[in-house]
Amino acid sequence: MSDGGHSPWYLAYRRLRRNRLALAFLAVFVLIVAFVLAAPLWADHVADTGPNTTHTTEKVEVGGEQREVVNIEGKPIGPLWFDAGGRFFLGADGPLGRDEMVRLMYGGRTSLFIGLTSALITAVLATLLGLLAGYYRGWTDGVITRLLDLIWSFPVVLLGIALGTALALGGLKIGPLEIAGNSIWIPILIIAVVYTPYMARPIRGEVLALREKEFVEAAVAQGAGSVRLMFGELLPNLWSTIIVFFTISIANNMLLEASLSFLGAGVQAPNSSWGKMVSLGSESIYTSPLLAFAPGVLILLTVLSLNVFGDGLRDALDPKSRSKLVRAEAAEAAAGGAI
Amino acid sequence: MARFAVRRLAGMVLVLFAVSVLVFAIFNLIPNSDPAQRLAGKNAEPILVKSIEEDWGFDEPLPVQYWETMKKIFSGELISYGDQLNVDERILEGIPISFSLCIGAAVIWLLFGLLFGYLSATRAGTWVDRVLTVGSVAGISIPVFLIATVFLYFLTYEIELFPASGYEPLTEDPIQWAYHLILPWFTLALLNIGVYSRVLRSSMLDVMNEDYVRTARAKGLSERRVMTRHVLRNSLIPITTLFGLDFGATLFGGAIITEYLFSLGGVGQYAADSVTNLDLPPLMAITLFGAFFVVFFNAIADLVYAYLDPRIRLGESAQ
Repeated sequence: MSDGGHSPWYLAYRRLRRNRLALAFLAVFVLIVAFVLAAPLWADHVADTGPNTTHTTEKVEVGGEQREVVNIEGKPIGPLWFDAGGRFFLGADGPLGRDEMVRLMYGGRTSLFIGLTSALITAVLATLLGLLAGYYRGWTDGVITRLLDLIWSFPVVLLGIALGTALALGGLKIGPLEIAGNSIWIPILIIAVVYTPYMARPIRGEVLALREKEFVEAAVAQGAGSVRLMFGELLPNLWSTIIVFFTISIANNMLLEASLSFLGAGVQAPNSSWGKMVSLGSESIYTSPLLAFAPGVLILLTVLSLNVFGDGLRDALDPKSRSKLVRAEAAEAAAGGAI
Repeated sequence: MARFAVRRLAGMVLVLFAVSVLVFAIFNLIPNSDPAQRLAGKNAEPILVKSIEEDWGFDEPLPVQYWETMKKIFSGELISYGDQLNVDERILEGIPISFSLCIGAAVIWLLFGLLFGYLSATRAGTWVDRVLTVGSVAGISIPVFLIATVFLYFLTYEIELFPASGYEPLTEDPIQWAYHLILPWFTLALLNIGVYSRVLRSSMLDVMNEDYVRTARAKGLSERRVMTRHVLRNSLIPITTLFGLDFGATLFGGAIITEYLFSLGGVGQYAADSVTNLDLPPLMAITLFGAFFVVFFNAIADLVYAYLDPRIRLGESAQ
């Protein structure tokens, strides 16, 4: 018991620090974030163009020779690396001749932004619903659980494209808030809602177990009200579950965003994302495979790094069987939410 | 068991009703614009919009609108205003294709997922386990469209090993049927191979700590027999529930992208094409039938689960 003096968070941090695999993949994720954050730098100082600027009829100088960005058959130029000073580093996309590297960097910003914000909304919604259902039990629990089960009944991709298409056509109005059909907040909200049950269920389960513990009784004896019990006593015990789910949720949400955008029910023009780029690239898969592979591989790397790091985080936060339940449910959630 | 089945099926009917109300709300209620205009599709004539409005009862109270919508979907009258084709007929045409794709994929993912899960649980902590664990996380993280495009480029184009598109009915030529479906099957199965091997691994590791496993060992059973007869069989119980959820979710999830990229022409491709054309009537019907199928299949999985594990049905009737 030499660890007795340290907080559980510090112990988790020490365990995480020993997990080389998880740290390596965290580094990959940080690199990807840095890559997309550097988009304006690369666009302004290296590529000298924007993500939506077309170069259909232009020529680019490669080693003293003038080459067409898009040839007469509509086939775009391949990767030039640094032959043209960093312009068209990964080539252009066809038939518009936009700089693929610049588009990848900006598209990744959208993908990551949607993944992060929707995961944040999912986490807040799921925590609130899980706390309310698990704390009040009875009919509150009944209503919330049924509502979550209802969403759970739909295959995620199908519910996503149904909502995505209907809302892209109509936009959304919530009270005073009006969202246009082509806003990226439409896919963000859709993804957040669709995945809420997968996170709310295990949190509810944990709250149900926690509220039988002595520390809750002690707080009740001290005269704590419902709000203090939920947010002052129960919530602090849920943080480790929430953090693990949040990390894996970013990965799942990014995959769903990519699938929706791929099918045309996610990010709408003029915005772009990696999923939308794969969709565009798949149209010329046999002539310019890189246009589909590059954004696809970036999605894979991002999602993989988050999943591996999330696993490491889970091992660090609950090393023993404390949440065998949570682990089983997490696997189930990952499976049920899988696309 | 009979009481459990009746209760479970009654619950299912309620969920089906709620699902249909939600589908109605998604398409006709929530979006902030005229529902008739949305249903009519791109560049619709005002006359068409007006006639849809009357036909679907959009000037009537909401329960009437709901009733009209459901009547259209279930009576087979629903048409797409884009191509004037009957939606339900097109869905029926696609069903054998989608099922061929998903059943084949399910066989593959169960086979490999359970094999890998069994191997990594029985060899937990060894390098076999570590390789399989990393592999399964990678499988979970690969987007379906990346596998599909990689297969398409390398296995149908660079090396012309498999056909890139099309579907051959099983009844006409079973060999061509399988040949056209091999790549789509593996595309769709890969993700779930990862999921199932992870779930089986953790479920087996949990079961291994049970008393009856120790008893089985104490009786002097061989390790292999302990693993297959006592550990594996009990670990498969949660897999049935998972499969109940996943099969429907795959049929109307990953299958949409797979069918679209391999141009198979099933229900999933119909959904994908309808998104591209912003054609709502087919999407409405597919969403409703998709959720119905998931709910229905889930109920069956629960019944199987209760049959396999008496604790479930006894616990339920004791309450």
